[in-house]
This record gives sequence, structure tokens and C-alpha cells, in this order.
Amino acid sequence: MFELSLHILDLVQNSITAGATLVVIEVIYDTDRDTLTITIKDDGKGMDEALLARVTSPFATTRTTRKVGLGIPMFKQCAEMCDGTFTIESKLGEGTCLTATFRRSHLDLPPLGDLIDTMRSLILGSPDKPDFRLLYQIDEKEFCFDTREIRQALGPVPLNEPAVMEWIHEALKEGFDEVESTHNEQSE
Amino acid sequence: MKSFAELEAIRQKTLDQVNLRREHEGTRVVVGMATCGIAAGARPVMLAFLDEVSKRGLLDVTVAQTGCIGMCRLEPMVEITLPGQPKVTYVKVTPEMVSRIVTEHVVNGRVVDEYTIGAADAEDQK
Repeated sequence: MFELSLHILDLVQNSITAGATLVVIEVIYDTDRDTLTITIKDDGKGMDEALLARVTSPFATTRTTRKVGLGIPMFKQCAEMCDGTFTIESKLGEGTCLTATFRRSHLDLPPLGDLIDTMRSLILGSPDKPDFRLLYQIDEKEFCFDTREIRQALGPVPLNEPAVMEWIHEALKEGFDEVESTHNEQSE
Repeated sequence: MKSFAELEAIRQKTLDQVNLRREHEGTRVVVGMATCGIAAGARPVMLAFLDEVSKRGLLDVTVAQTGCIGMCRLEPMVEITLPGQPKVTYVKVTPEMVSRIVTEHVVNGRVVDEYTIGAADAEDQK
């Protein structure tokens, strides 16, 4: 994976497969602490202790087409390579939360990449369920995006309707620009 | 900021189409979005299909996702099913191929043979 946003796209698929109704994604940059923290939290079916213990192994998977599952191990490796940490917590019947921190100035830190395209792909791929909530934060500037609000405004019209997808694209672009522009002014 | 009033307008405008679409079987474009697909470049392929469908105003085409289709070395893979026809599987799809697949296959019903899994198999056996 060349981008952290591709890891996010991949890991959220686990939440979707786990039957989540809400997936909360947080991407938080902290300049003072020199960290980037990525959190993915879902209310899916969760894992028992046995599966949780071996889920960071590349040889653990729930799919049946093959015996390897690389999503979580690759993300963990990436965080640890960047002086970061990786934790995963899960309770059967309650959900799963995974958190990775990275040293932001680390040379091996991959680019965040196109998080907007990741969100669009997630919504397009799973338009009915779950809902997604994204928090994108750079120091004190933040942007919150929540499909529950959009769904409410749309009523029976699905999120994958092209006109809706276009609105979502514009809304995400505006939100990201806002967070990033303020940040750039400050660092100049 | 994008306003929710705009969403309300979209709702008014598209509700009839949405209901109409629910009543009859349309074309499905399904992109493999497991770790293998994503690492091979499925995200831009999926969004390219959305853009193309949106640009052409194709009302009865749905772009969707699935997990690992089972042949990771051929990812990104895309399965296209036209109403009443067997599924066609495209392999090693790039965003550049999308416009041709939509024009020839989705709109005009002519499968782009050279991009299909059958063509990839024949190539392997050479």
C-alpha cells in the first residue's frame, strides 16, 4: 500500500464485513507531539479473545478463498516502522477499535494520500449500511463528516445516487481545503 | 460549505428515478475491494466507473463492491452483469480502460474481449 488512506479503505472493509452500523474514522495530526494518529472504530460483531490474539498475524483471516490476511499486519508494520504503535481492542458483540500512531516526521511515513477518494469509495461500495463518520484534524482545526446527517436529508434516496456522490465529493473537498489552508498559513 | 438544502433539492429531483430503478433489474458493475484489489489500484478504477456512469447519465447502472474474487494476481478485477446476460469478468483493470468498457460493453452490449479474464488466461498459456 502506497498511501495511508488505502490502508484505511482496506481496514474499514473489515468493519463492514463485521456488520457494523457505524464506522468512526479519525485522522489526527499533532504538530507539537510530532504524531499522526489514525483510529478506526466500529460497532460490528467484534472478535473473541482467540481471534483477537492472532489477528495481527498474516496467517489469520476469516475469508475462505485463501489462508492469508494482510490488511491488519501491513498496517501494524507500517506504524511500527515509523516509530509508532499499533493497538487493537475488540469485544464480541460490541465492536472493534484499532489505533495506529506514527511519528509524523519519520522518513518512512507514507503519504496520507487521497482520503477523500477513500471516503467516496467506502460510501459508493456500501451505500446502505454502515454509516461513516470522519474526523480529519490538523492541530486545532478540524473537519467532521457524517453520513447520518446526509441520509437524514435524503430520505429514501440512496447515498450512491450519482448526484449525491457528487455533493459528497464537493463537501469533502471543501472541508479538507478548510482544514489544510488554515494549517498552511500558520506554518509559513 | 455545501448546504443540506442542496441535498433536499437532489432528493426532490431524483426520487422518481430512484423508484423507477428499484422496479427493474439494471446493469451491475462490481469491483473487487479486498486488500489485494486495493493494493493493485481498485480505488481509482471504482471511482472512474462512477464518474463515467455519472457523466453519461446512465440511470440503470449501479457501481458496487465485493471482497476478494479469488485471483489476486489479476486484480483489479471488475465483474459486469447486464440484465439477462452472464457475468463478464475484466482483469488488471486501469482507470484508462474504464471509458472504453462503459462505452462498448455497458452502453452498447459488446464485451471488450481483450480485457477479459479469458484473454488473460490465453496470454498465460502462450
